[in-house]
Amino acid sequence: MTELTSLTLAAALDGLAKKEFSSAEITDAFLKAIAAANPKLNAYVVVTEKKARAMAKASDARRAKPKAKLGALEGAPLGIKDLFCTEGVRTTACSNILGEFTPTYESTVTANLWNAGAVMLGKLNMDEFAMGSSNETSRFGPVVNPWRRGNADDRLTPGGSSGGSASATAADLCLAATATDTGGSIRQPAAFTGTVGMKPTYGRCSRWGIVAFASSLDQAGPIAKTVEDAAIMLQSMSGHDPKDSTSLPAKVPDFRKACARGVKGLTIGVPREYRADGMAPEIEALWEKGVEWLKAAGAKVKPISLPHTKYALPCYYIVAPAEASSNLARYDGMRYGARVTGKDLLDSYEKTRASGFGEEVQRRIVIGAYVLSAGYYDAYYLRAQKVRRRIADDFRAAFADVDAVLTPATPSAAFALGEKGGDPVEMYLNDIFTVTANLAGLPGISVPAATDARGLPLGLQVIGRALDEETVFAVGAALEQAAAFKARPQAWWS
Amino acid sequence: MAIDENTVRKVARLARIALPEARVKPMVSELNGILAWIEQLNEVDVEGVEPMTSAVPDAKLPMREDKVTDGNDPAKVLANAPKAEDGFFVVPKVVE
Repeated sequence: MTELTSLTLAAALDGLAKKEFSSAEITDAFLKAIAAANPKLNAYVVVTEKKARAMAKASDARRAKPKAKLGALEGAPLGIKDLFCTEGVRTTACSNILGEFTPTYESTVTANLWNAGAVMLGKLNMDEFAMGSSNETSRFGPVVNPWRRGNADDRLTPGGSSGGSASATAADLCLAATATDTGGSIRQPAAFTGTVGMKPTYGRCSRWGIVAFASSLDQAGPIAKTVEDAAIMLQSMSGHDPKDSTSLPAKVPDFRKACARGVKGLTIGVPREYRADGMAPEIEALWEKGVEWLKAAGAKVKPISLPHTKYALPCYYIVAPAEASSNLARYDGMRYGARVTGKDLLDSYEKTRASGFGEEVQRRIVIGAYVLSAGYYDAYYLRAQKVRRRIADDFRAAFADVDAVLTPATPSAAFALGEKGGDPVEMYLNDIFTVTANLAGLPGISVPAATDARGLPLGLQVIGRALDEETVFAVGAALEQAAAFKARPQAWWS
Repeated sequence: MAIDENTVRKVARLARIALPEARVKPMVSELNGILAWIEQLNEVDVEGVEPMTSAVPDAKLPMREDKVTDGNDPAKVLANAPKAEDGFFVVPKVVE
């Protein structure tokens, strides 16, 4: 029954509810698909086969009972990014420094999913500590994008940091996946793999039990096959959590219902500053198409200005490394993770961290320590926090006139593994359109909208007001409907 | 504000990362590349702007009742220790 794996989450939940198939059957189909594909795609770093089968069996048993009380994700097999702590299942953030770390607790977001009846298939590959845009910084090696350039067999990146989540979803190795987004790590990989990626408002999902990268920017969200699927996932992932003091005590609206709202009466802003110099003509054309689609669906579209856009990435590359250098100070090899014993305590710390952290993570820790160090704090860190306020204020002003903002998701389609290696800044530019939403704490979705000349997917991004994911889903669903994106990668991996 | 080799060594020390001598020069050039790019923030007028420290607007950190809500689980706390003995973490000697 391999075709079960190609269902959307919504269709699978429907089939499970109608008892057309059991959770055990669809779970088995995914486990077989993973066994066949993973040697080529490297999307999963742990496959929890026994646990998956046990959870599926338990879900089927719940459903068999008369007057069963069922969860919103009852029996649905999902993949979990390796940044989420999962009780009894190795969690490493794909870093050597965490060794064989096996949490004795469950992150709030994943606990919410299991409480909703979902089934865990395994842990998904990612850039080390979510620092990267190509999945090449993972201790387990890069994930491979299921998409290829026409008939060429170059291995392409699925993007990062949630590359495993994106690749697994695109290749039908899970119904949907959890992911996290600090500067674009949900939306960029979604755009590179023809999937939907939703980063909600900062504070919508609890960060408790998610390995921290940059705490004022990190936010969990789903990668899924459709906008509706992303809404179903986010519904269960969200909610206030007393264990995360930045989690918002706000009611979670019906996201799925919002997908059907349409865009009539909405005003969509098109920010002129996103028209970057040297923007690929295909990206620009797609953006214009997006404008036409929304107009045709009944929205008003107007140009807006977000004047501080060009400063967002440099601002991010002070704020994020500063927070990372502070967060990652906990990895000292004493209480958990891999320890390298040196000649004394200091030497042990230094050797442990030198061998445990990869090159990009070390670079960001050193940058972060530098911009926070005495004499440079005001010039770099404090200034960046002020620029961050300017960027957030730009959006606040714009949202007085518009209900959502439409931009491209990424400056290019997926590139080849190894193609961008030399210059860190070149890699950082991947997040040029996504990072503003993190700095301002706003919800953003990436929706697949077209393929480029070589057949690779491209995405459009919708950014909304804080706590207004509903409008973001409504606009995303309208784009999805108009784009009618039906392209699929050829299944060369199975 | 360009970084030199000594600054890189000093900051790596502060960050408790043993940087092999062969990595110092490449790290200097990588960091200077990144910092040169970051310099453009100096163009922004930030006069009178309050630094943004949280993505949650006007949020006050919630306070909870000051009582113990978990604990008494040394086995769980030590479960991932690289070295543990008799309910303690075993660490390199700190005091001579």
